[in-house]
Amino acid sequence: MIQFDDVSKRYPNGHEAISRVSFRLGVGEMCFLTGHSGAGKSTMLRLIALIERSSRGQIIVDGQNLGRLRKHRIPYYRRRVGMIFQNHRLLFDRTVFDNVALPLVIAGHRHHEIGRRVRAALDKVGLLDKERLYPITLSGGEQQRVGIARAVVNKPRLLLADEPTGNLDPELSREIMELFSTFNQVGVTVLIASHDLGLISRMDYRILTLRDGRLENQEAWVS
Amino acid sequence: MGVVTQRAQPAIRRRGPGIRHRTISWALRHLQVFFYTLGQLTRSPFGSAMTASVIGIALALPAGLYVLLENAQSMSSGWEGTAQISLFLHSKVSDGRAAELAGQMASLPEVSTARVITRAEALAEFQEMSGFGAALEALEANPLPSVIVVQPAVAHSDAEAVKGLVAKFATQAEVDIAQFDLQWVKRLYALMEIVQRGVLVLAALLSVAVLLIVGNTIRLDIENRREEIEIAKLVGATNAFIRRPFLYAGFWYGLFGGLLAYALVSSALELLREPTRQLALLYYSDFALLGLEGTASMVLVGSGALLGLGGSWVAVGRHLSSIEPS
Repeated sequence: MIQFDDVSKRYPNGHEAISRVSFRLGVGEMCFLTGHSGAGKSTMLRLIALIERSSRGQIIVDGQNLGRLRKHRIPYYRRRVGMIFQNHRLLFDRTVFDNVALPLVIAGHRHHEIGRRVRAALDKVGLLDKERLYPITLSGGEQQRVGIARAVVNKPRLLLADEPTGNLDPELSREIMELFSTFNQVGVTVLIASHDLGLISRMDYRILTLRDGRLENQEAWVS
Repeated sequence: MGVVTQRAQPAIRRRGPGIRHRTISWALRHLQVFFYTLGQLTRSPFGSAMTASVIGIALALPAGLYVLLENAQSMSSGWEGTAQISLFLHSKVSDGRAAELAGQMASLPEVSTARVITRAEALAEFQEMSGFGAALEALEANPLPSVIVVQPAVAHSDAEAVKGLVAKFATQAEVDIAQFDLQWVKRLYALMEIVQRGVLVLAALLSVAVLLIVGNTIRLDIENRREEIEIAKLVGATNAFIRRPFLYAGFWYGLFGGLLAYALVSSALELLREPTRQLALLYYSDFALLGLEGTASMVLVGSGALLGLGGSWVAVGRHLSSIEPS
């Protein structure tokens, strides 16, 4: 599903966030990406989400070579990728329902289709009874669940999460991670950046470790 | 044969609704944004009203001047035709000869009427009208000449024909000065031409002002909604999707500005209507103030909407592409 070949990202100020990273993530696989802050976790996700472009190397996601993707095609690519952020990035002047519906509205789905899919997504994250509330009235964990519902409402084949449990207590963090597991079990490829080693080591998934922009134990990941 | 038709039809049908469905949902989305943006404006009624008012006043100014100019033109349009020729006769010409001359002139096909004002009549009129009565009485003799006032026939009232007539009368031995008093009408028309150009220049300048007002409003709107734009882009919004509500907002600002300008001009005219009628009565005229007629008011409201759309187009083009998710 995700293939990095010798990918580097150098910023204009000369700082190289990731250096010569290569790895493969299969379809339907779930995997954690870890490392100290500044090790390049976010940069990796931003490259996959095409928020940034790599300086060298090749990235292929779901059969799409990102280097060859024209700028005006990026929105259509992003509709196939679900993204979850540490600070949730919700719209606070819209209800939970409207937040989750946003990707469907953008993709131009019909009204009744939107209602059906939004409720299905909210049901999966256990927030069906809160669709009329505004995000500000929800707890941090609930807000993150809204973010997850928004990411999965389009039924993407790939989910990317950047520190999804960064602001949550251990119990809530575990629940969120288990939620990702359930999506993985129905065939969604999941890549989660997290520095919560205690939590992720207890879960039985592969762990990519970045150190100063380089992938540790890279040989094992290319095969 | 029947089998072929049956197999062919579903393929056609499948394609048909596809395009239709897409067109309908595209139109529906536009309609949705169209009214959604209207709803957005009513959420901040004070700010929206302020913007619309500024646009309205900016548009009302040239529109109001245009209406005044139209009125001036309609008022003066008949004046050229009513121009008279004054023939001042030599003082030695007798009243009888003057009347005879006037009769000859009146029989010409180019002349509608020719009327004699005798020296005595002229003096009496002058004494009455000028207020120099006492001074004139002190004079020994009447200094005023007889005058024949010639009214050209309607068919010969254009400037060239009248000039020919004047030249013809000027050669008469009895005529001292032949005066055709159209100069001031010409001057008035020239003046109105200048004012008309002025209105055009003003309209152009204020149109640019409306563009800038809407552009600036939309720019601030974009800045305020930067986070929302970034999020929408992250979940796959195209630039067209993000642009749409801002364009429609600009359209609404312009449309309401245009409507407001129409209301301002109309009510100003309404205020002027009665005093104008009073003034016209004093001049024994039945002149009535012209309002903004159908086409002009549509042009006013329509150009408001277009300027709004244009202003937001400029702002969106400049500022939206710079916002990328980070």
